[in-house]
Amino acid sequence: MTRTGSGTGNLGFTPSEMMSIAAARELRDGQVCFVGIGAPSTAANLARATQAPGLVLIYESGCIGAKPTTLPLSIGDGELADTADAVVSVPEIFNYWLQPGRIDVGFLGAAQIDRFANLNTTVIGPYDRPEVRLPGAGGAPEIAGSCKEVMIMIKQSRRTFVDPLDFRTSIGFGDGPGSRERLGLRGSGPRMVITDLGILRPDPDSCELTLTDLHPGVSVEAARQATGWELAVAPEPRVTPAPTEAELAHLRHLVSKRPQGSSK
Amino acid sequence: MAEIVSLREAVAELVGDGDTVAMEGFSHLIPHLAGHEVIRQERRHLTLVRLTPDLIFDQLIGMGVADKLVFSWGGNPGVGSLHRFRDAIENGWPTSLEIEEHSHAGLTNRFVAGASGLPFAILRGYAGTGLVERVGNIKSVQCPFTGETLAAVPAINPDVAIIHAQQADVHGNVQMWGLTGVQKEAVLASSRSIVTVEEIVQTIELRPGGVVLPTWAVTAVAHVPGGAHPSYASGFYERDNAFYSEWEAISRSRESFLSWMERNVLEVGA
Repeated sequence: MTRTGSGTGNLGFTPSEMMSIAAARELRDGQVCFVGIGAPSTAANLARATQAPGLVLIYESGCIGAKPTTLPLSIGDGELADTADAVVSVPEIFNYWLQPGRIDVGFLGAAQIDRFANLNTTVIGPYDRPEVRLPGAGGAPEIAGSCKEVMIMIKQSRRTFVDPLDFRTSIGFGDGPGSRERLGLRGSGPRMVITDLGILRPDPDSCELTLTDLHPGVSVEAARQATGWELAVAPEPRVTPAPTEAELAHLRHLVSKRPQGSSK
Repeated sequence: MAEIVSLREAVAELVGDGDTVAMEGFSHLIPHLAGHEVIRQERRHLTLVRLTPDLIFDQLIGMGVADKLVFSWGGNPGVGSLHRFRDAIENGWPTSLEIEEHSHAGLTNRFVAGASGLPFAILRGYAGTGLVERVGNIKSVQCPFTGETLAAVPAINPDVAIIHAQQADVHGNVQMWGLTGVQKEAVLASSRSIVTVEEIVQTIELRPGGVVLPTWAVTAVAHVPGGAHPSYASGFYERDNAFYSEWEAISRSRESFLSWMERNVLEVGA
């Protein structure tokens, strides 16, 4: 994890740490959360260690109610299965648990996001001749469609906040108001996007992502510069409370016990 | 009745050039050593099927075994890219690789339909994704009862399924436990199957939550202790997370990849 984020040198925490902590605060005790690997898994486990001890973590490998004490490297680490309330097959996790809308929060990352919170995890560049072939869809399209709501974590830059996406892997609000309804999606879609600079929420009327919160030390101008479209900004963006010592300690403890060599 | 044979014999007899081969195992019980045997026997023109092509598919693709890949998430979990998979798709090395990609839910249901003897599966899926335009095998169907539009994907019925399990008995009944992914569906969807196991016991003791494949539903069982490494076999060994991280450097260049394969796969007997 880099400790060289711009503009936060004296704050005592990195932009990545702020992102994880801001995301963890948004998960509520007792919610059922379908967790993607990487940043969402870190934040969800931080939430369990802090204000949401009863958060139910679901991993697509088949783990329901996983309570890992160390961060998993993959979504199917033994630690997840060994600590779960139930271990089920992959057909069961998708068909019986995700598809009917039993999950409160889907928690996703992505390589690219657009102004309507649609996500790309498929390719950078043209599909047939990709500059970078990314891993692909995994569980994301159905998580994005079927969870009651979705939270997204992504570092904000002109490479990640783009319009249009190179490929639409998972839907946020599609082309704007009414898209999800026309597609018959049951979940309400993205509730917020947590970045290393702040938090964006969909405008209730236009569905367009709007900057509503800035992390300490980040300016509106910095957020605009890191967005590949003309960023909508709330009239008076809130400032995210800085991480508490307890939050930082829990996060650093989790990360320090992460399996060897993990790069993110 | 499953025959208990060596891994070499199982692959020689059951995996042919041009076959569609599913190798399943979701993080857990990934049949790595069986994949190595397919590489050593120099199979070609395979269609490889797997939800999560990880290191073993990176190796198979990098060694030129496959013409086509059917998958839903191709990465090194928590570490980064699969460089051989990317090199094949981005640069056609060592050969061009046709891909057909799905979501996990979609590909899972292709296996479920295949195992169920149905021509296709329905799901609430793929809505609003670009995959619908790109992948010919994703269509929609109207519910005859409610009129609702749902996604439809065709059954997949591979020629061969290859999986790894914790144990078999001397009659070839197989039991696995922990995360069991779509292995049962993959075996039941396929014409033939190879199961490598950590141990062969006289009599299987049924475990709560254990998944049993009766011997008459399996073609061949091979005793291959450690056959899932660097993934893991619950009750036997843990996931070798350090190796998953090391694979990043090994696989990044074609040269270091080939040299690693030479030393660790080609020169090693089954």
